[in-house]
Amino acid sequence: MDDDVDEELLRELTPVVISVLCRRGADFASAEDAVQEAVLKALSGWHDDPPRDPKGWLITTAWYAFVDHTRSETARRAREERSEAEPPSGPTEDADDTLQLYALCAHSSLTPSSAVALTLRAVGGLTTKQIADAYLVPEATMAQRISRAKRTVSDVDFTAAGDVGELGTVMHTLYLVFNEGYSGDIDLAAEAIRLARQLSSMVDEPEVGGLLALMLLHHARRPARLGADGRLIPLADQDRELWDSSSIAEGVGILRSALARDRLGPYQAQAAIAALHADAPTVDDTDWVQIVEWYDELMAFGDNPVVRLNRAVAVGEADGAAVGLAELAHVDRSIPRWTAVAAHLRERNGELETAAELYAQAALEAPNLLERDHQTRQAARVNHLLRRSANR
Amino acid sequence: MAKYLMLKHYRGAPEAVNDVPMDQWHPDEVDAHMEYMSDFAKRLEATGEFVDGQALSPTGMWVRSDGPNRPPLTDGPFAETKDLIAGWMVIDVDSEERAIELAGELSAAPGAGGEPIHEWLEVRPFLTGPETVTG
Repeated sequence: MDDDVDEELLRELTPVVISVLCRRGADFASAEDAVQEAVLKALSGWHDDPPRDPKGWLITTAWYAFVDHTRSETARRAREERSEAEPPSGPTEDADDTLQLYALCAHSSLTPSSAVALTLRAVGGLTTKQIADAYLVPEATMAQRISRAKRTVSDVDFTAAGDVGELGTVMHTLYLVFNEGYSGDIDLAAEAIRLARQLSSMVDEPEVGGLLALMLLHHARRPARLGADGRLIPLADQDRELWDSSSIAEGVGILRSALARDRLGPYQAQAAIAALHADAPTVDDTDWVQIVEWYDELMAFGDNPVVRLNRAVAVGEADGAAVGLAELAHVDRSIPRWTAVAAHLRERNGELETAAELYAQAALEAPNLLERDHQTRQAARVNHLLRRSANR
Repeated sequence: MAKYLMLKHYRGAPEAVNDVPMDQWHPDEVDAHMEYMSDFAKRLEATGEFVDGQALSPTGMWVRSDGPNRPPLTDGPFAETKDLIAGWMVIDVDSEERAIELAGELSAAPGAGGEPIHEWLEVRPFLTGPETVTG
């Protein structure tokens, strides 16, 4: 580990330096490559010899890398034209440029996985290896994904990318990064929060605040999400003392100012639901009636079976399991976790035998190992209750 | 060193000695089993013999091409399949004996009643690239 190299600073500077190179006339793909090369040099070289002006060092190193590549690829004359056209280096920090970079990396012509990879490298300043490790794919595969993504956006006018109303895809890309959680050295959730924070400082849009608040409020629960043995602990059973109260306070504050703008959107509505959970000192204090109302607000932005499913859970808590089950009957059964929700509501409704069967079925349908183990444990627990009451 | 694949089956393996579905176990037995499995993988990482381990969903399908300009044919989820793989672990070990020893330990994971499951695992050597010294 390069403990002495300020990796965070490197990541912050990456999009800034890419923008500088682009303003000096480099195309996005070459600029991005050159900056990655400079970042890798910094990671190996700063340890022994840290520069006094990291940004200046990165710009110079990346620019030389770019020129080197151009030299080997193009004719001498083209190079001379380019270097003559090089404008004097102006101010190096420009929020608009970084915003354009966000938009370019999340461009709607990219598949979600390509947008995620390109965003993490060009805006997030991660190395290809770090991104590959985080997504558990070989480095060569991730390198290919990134270079294909760069080819896809090579025709997009870099300076225009910020204007095309792509904020929605940028937010969705950051949301996908956040949801991936963390494996390996890189904490993708923390990285997504950093990028969302940067985005919210650049644009005046309440939904970006909503997204950042949503991330902070969910991130706050992370210390309580897993037990000591690595098992999943559902929201209702979490030790709320472990929740990160400063992260909650920040998320709630950001959400309040976003809501005050009176332009509600789906991220703000989801953050409001997360805030109501965070607000309850114990699970019994949860304001389920208000949560159901927020789910109604959320549904107004698009009828979505996943939202309906979560709403059925909230209704089950607010109005009783039988009402929740009636809601559940209107939700598409083929969506993930339908069976898990059905098992939960049946148990709350006192139908233990049905619940046990549904929990076992939910384990077979679980989308990940943590949830599978959790549903298996639920099935074993309810079957155990049934055996005990039969023996009495 | 040689790589071996240890395959666990949902269906298709000979019946385990202690063959009780996990949802019928005592909750403490479920915990003990999961702890054993997680410790096993960690131990192999520590000995430098672990390569990869993955679990598979029981749902899936058969797919085959149906010719040019036609969508692929699908069949499933595997209602009729006799053999259904649940997951695998790849190990890199010095000998077949060691592979067998490790598969034996994995098969002895505790199950219902706290007794070892003694389930059958399939152990398959990888075909590797040619050796440099060919004699």
